[in-house]
Amino acid sequence: MKVAILQFPGSNCDWDAEHAVKDVLGIPSSRIWHKASLPAETEAVVVPGGFSFGDYLRCGAIARFSPIMDDLKSFASNGGQVLGICNGFQILCESGLLPGALIRNDCLEFRCINQQVAIENSNDRFNPEKCGEQLSLPIAHGEGNYRLKDGDLEKLESNGQVLLRYIGNPNGSINDIAGIRNEEGNVYGMMPHPERAVEPHHPSRDGLPILKAFLEPILTRSSVEISAS
Amino acid sequence: MNQNTATPLPPNPDPCLNVEITPELVAQHGLLPEEYEQVLEILGRVPNLTELGIFSVMWSEHCAYKNTRKLLRLFPTEKQDKDSVGQVLVKAGEENAGVIDVGEGWGVAFKIESHNHPSAIEPFEGAATGVGGIVRDIFTMGARPVLLTNSLRFGSLESAHVKRLFRGVVSGISNYGNCLGIPNMGGDVYFDDCYEGNPLVNALCAGILKHEDIHRGAATGVGNPVFYVGPGTGRDGLGGASFASRELTEESAADRPAVQKGDPFMEKLLLEACLEMMAIPGLVVGIQDMGAAGLTCSTCETASRGGLGIEIDLDLVPQRETGMNSYEIMLSESQERMLVIVKKGRENEIREVFEKWDLHAAHIGEVKEGDRMVVRHKGVVVADLPAKSLTDEAPIYDQPASEPAHIQAARDWDVNSLPELAAESVESSLGKLLAHPTIASKRWVWQQYDHMVMSGCTVEPGSDAGVVHLSIAGIDKRLAISNDCNNRFCYLDPYRGAQIAFAECMRNLACSGARALAVTDNLNFANPNKPEAYHMLKECVKGLADACTFFDVPVVGGNVSLYNEHGDGAIDPTPVISMVGLIEKADQVTRSFIADAGQSIVLIGDLPNELGGSYFLQTEFGKKEGTCPGVNLAEEKKVQDFLINAINSGHISAAHDISEGGLLVAIAEMLFENPELGADLSIDSLGESNRLDALLFGESQGRVLISVSNENLDEVLESAINDGLSVLKLGTSTDSGRLKLSVSENEILDSEVNKLHKIWSEAIPEKMKKS
Repeated sequence: MKVAILQFPGSNCDWDAEHAVKDVLGIPSSRIWHKASLPAETEAVVVPGGFSFGDYLRCGAIARFSPIMDDLKSFASNGGQVLGICNGFQILCESGLLPGALIRNDCLEFRCINQQVAIENSNDRFNPEKCGEQLSLPIAHGEGNYRLKDGDLEKLESNGQVLLRYIGNPNGSINDIAGIRNEEGNVYGMMPHPERAVEPHHPSRDGLPILKAFLEPILTRSSVEISAS
Repeated sequence: MNQNTATPLPPNPDPCLNVEITPELVAQHGLLPEEYEQVLEILGRVPNLTELGIFSVMWSEHCAYKNTRKLLRLFPTEKQDKDSVGQVLVKAGEENAGVIDVGEGWGVAFKIESHNHPSAIEPFEGAATGVGGIVRDIFTMGARPVLLTNSLRFGSLESAHVKRLFRGVVSGISNYGNCLGIPNMGGDVYFDDCYEGNPLVNALCAGILKHEDIHRGAATGVGNPVFYVGPGTGRDGLGGASFASRELTEESAADRPAVQKGDPFMEKLLLEACLEMMAIPGLVVGIQDMGAAGLTCSTCETASRGGLGIEIDLDLVPQRETGMNSYEIMLSESQERMLVIVKKGRENEIREVFEKWDLHAAHIGEVKEGDRMVVRHKGVVVADLPAKSLTDEAPIYDQPASEPAHIQAARDWDVNSLPELAAESVESSLGKLLAHPTIASKRWVWQQYDHMVMSGCTVEPGSDAGVVHLSIAGIDKRLAISNDCNNRFCYLDPYRGAQIAFAECMRNLACSGARALAVTDNLNFANPNKPEAYHMLKECVKGLADACTFFDVPVVGGNVSLYNEHGDGAIDPTPVISMVGLIEKADQVTRSFIADAGQSIVLIGDLPNELGGSYFLQTEFGKKEGTCPGVNLAEEKKVQDFLINAINSGHISAAHDISEGGLLVAIAEMLFENPELGADLSIDSLGESNRLDALLFGESQGRVLISVSNENLDEVLESAINDGLSVLKLGTSTDSGRLKLSVSENEILDSEVNKLHKIWSEAIPEKMKKS
């Protein structure tokens, strides 16, 4: 097991994330229940989408108190790679691992569409092959309207922490923000679902460059291990 | 409650035992005097109030099908051809849902169910709990739910009340289904004045399971413990099954307590916990959801199926309100609850699973010798009834039927009573059809549904059928789903109308590359005690049954919803047909959209020539009249067999059936995924009807449009002719962005596709903006 996919009560993209990582990319991964501990051998964590705790109170507001969140915080503070998708992004914001908050879409409706986005930024640890290009990725959320205080927004932008931006804003997000990273560059959050765009029958396979960039260190090591064996 | 009894009863902890059963009370429970006589005969004594309530819900139309059971026997419930794929593993009526074989040891459980009455009163909760109920029916079988669809019917979208219902129903479905994480592949939505005040909300779920994992709802093994799992019981949904078996009236709003409130998060936990529990070998003996008639239905049905008795103690039932009496606990329809019978001695295993998911598993009773359903409350027996009397002995009626006058008028209709359509009116007529909410794009609906979760969505909503890949089961197969029913045809000719619904549903699957396997139907009709309404019900069922038999596509389950009336009006007969089909290979998946220029557009079947019942009559003249188009099942079969063969040979790039709106609407729809496309088409005669309107907008059956690349054209035309089909190349797709058509060498249409697309795609959002 290299990639831990957290499973909260109400998570519903946990299987999808595991399928993309394990079956499509071939990286050993497991779903880890929210009351368990993060296994010691964890090399990356995906916080998947869904409706953790029914999205009651606020999306992600209850999940942040789950037992596994302490492990996740220490994993992240030690530089571990963490990717939150959709509800996972909301949980990371609620728990303070990422800045900002996600509120109700400005259309006041759930939106499930294929959305054009641009990968804006790269850094040493996240360098997708399609950086600068437009991608088509599924979105499916009712609360994806990203908000951040004025001063913090400028900081986010000037630090180059905006990873994905909508082309044609579906939810009212400030500055069309669809995905961000933390200042250190190891915690990522995005509303689009890269794990739903990895197979031939999917509307696109544009999720692959994103997942590959996120899992790059593991993929590289895996191929080294394979060639060494 | 009337406490004045002739002889004073001893003081009793449960007030339900102290109520005198009067004829008025019997009538309030929806039981006829002769039905009550039957109850007295079965019991050999007077029932108490709780027992009366139990009979009332179990003998309601919703649970007992008393007005339809005889008719439903006409449906074939298994395949004649025992070698074909899709053999029935669990038949209609045996369990919570039917199951069919899809090969390699896998089965598919699927079923449709209505939540019409609750949705009319409380659209959001009514529709949401409709989804919840059908999903429980599926995972109760041991299946992992893999798709949802809905058939929805509303009145005219011009009405503010209808907009409220439409918005409420769609958001209720969206809210509940999205939270569960089951892809919702859309379905069908029709708008017609007949549904004003009585919308239809039919929800379908399909799930996948290994043959050996099929679970049954039977209480077997004397001494085995009976568990109640899920949240506590409240007073919500009290007597919902009886409520659903009455006509809606102005006073129906006062029935709000009969509408349940859903908690999709709770359902998600229940789903995962139940599947986890059922995966433990040998633990679960029987399982049944508490849907209509709640605890009552689940206890007596499991006992009846197991051929044994069951005893439960209501003091052990988790309750979320205080002071509930036995009547209320037994008849509550609180959501997200299940009854589970496990192997004696393994109680801790079920408790462990449910504790993991932070849910209760309460041990409330046992399977007993004999055939009685015994209910205790506060130390006394509050119900003691033969379980089978509730499930199998409900009265069955054959109602008087008489043909409504409008049906003969429809047969006698003469198309020449209509003015001829002028060539210069074609564009505006097409525009009116594309703007009709039944025909217009339903993206406003399905973009609110998560149709991509579980990574399986292969053909998104909006094509002829939704297709999901079954990767979650680890198998390389695709399930296709389609729902259909054009009420206008069923109203004008119930027998043919039902066959049209069947044929169109199957044709939609064929256009997607899928062979139909089995049917689930939702019979939505008016009050069966009215002979004209019963006639239409009977004819629709006969039509369907004959079509099922002809195509060897069995019915594996479904639902009947009667009494769909409101104020002065009744709904048109609406037998919703849903079919699942299978697509074995990726390259057989076909969509209804033309991808590029240079494709030949070919009509399979004769030129359309029937205008009766069409949407054209509605949008041009505001009429629901005319002779229903003919149905020829043998021709239909030829067309569909050809389509599937041609798709399997890789010769067809897109296929779309001609239905509401006729030929021209179908062509336009094929261009709408890429409105930069156009088409140059010509037809050299008006066809048999010799009328332009019937050719362009008639809804003759058994017609399909396909797009074919040049290299395959000759072969496709030749094989169609060899199959004995009429086939006609209408023209070619272009990159001009214009839809051009000439008929008999006269230019009839030259329209910008973008403009047509805008009318079609914005019709519903525009209307919904104004609410």
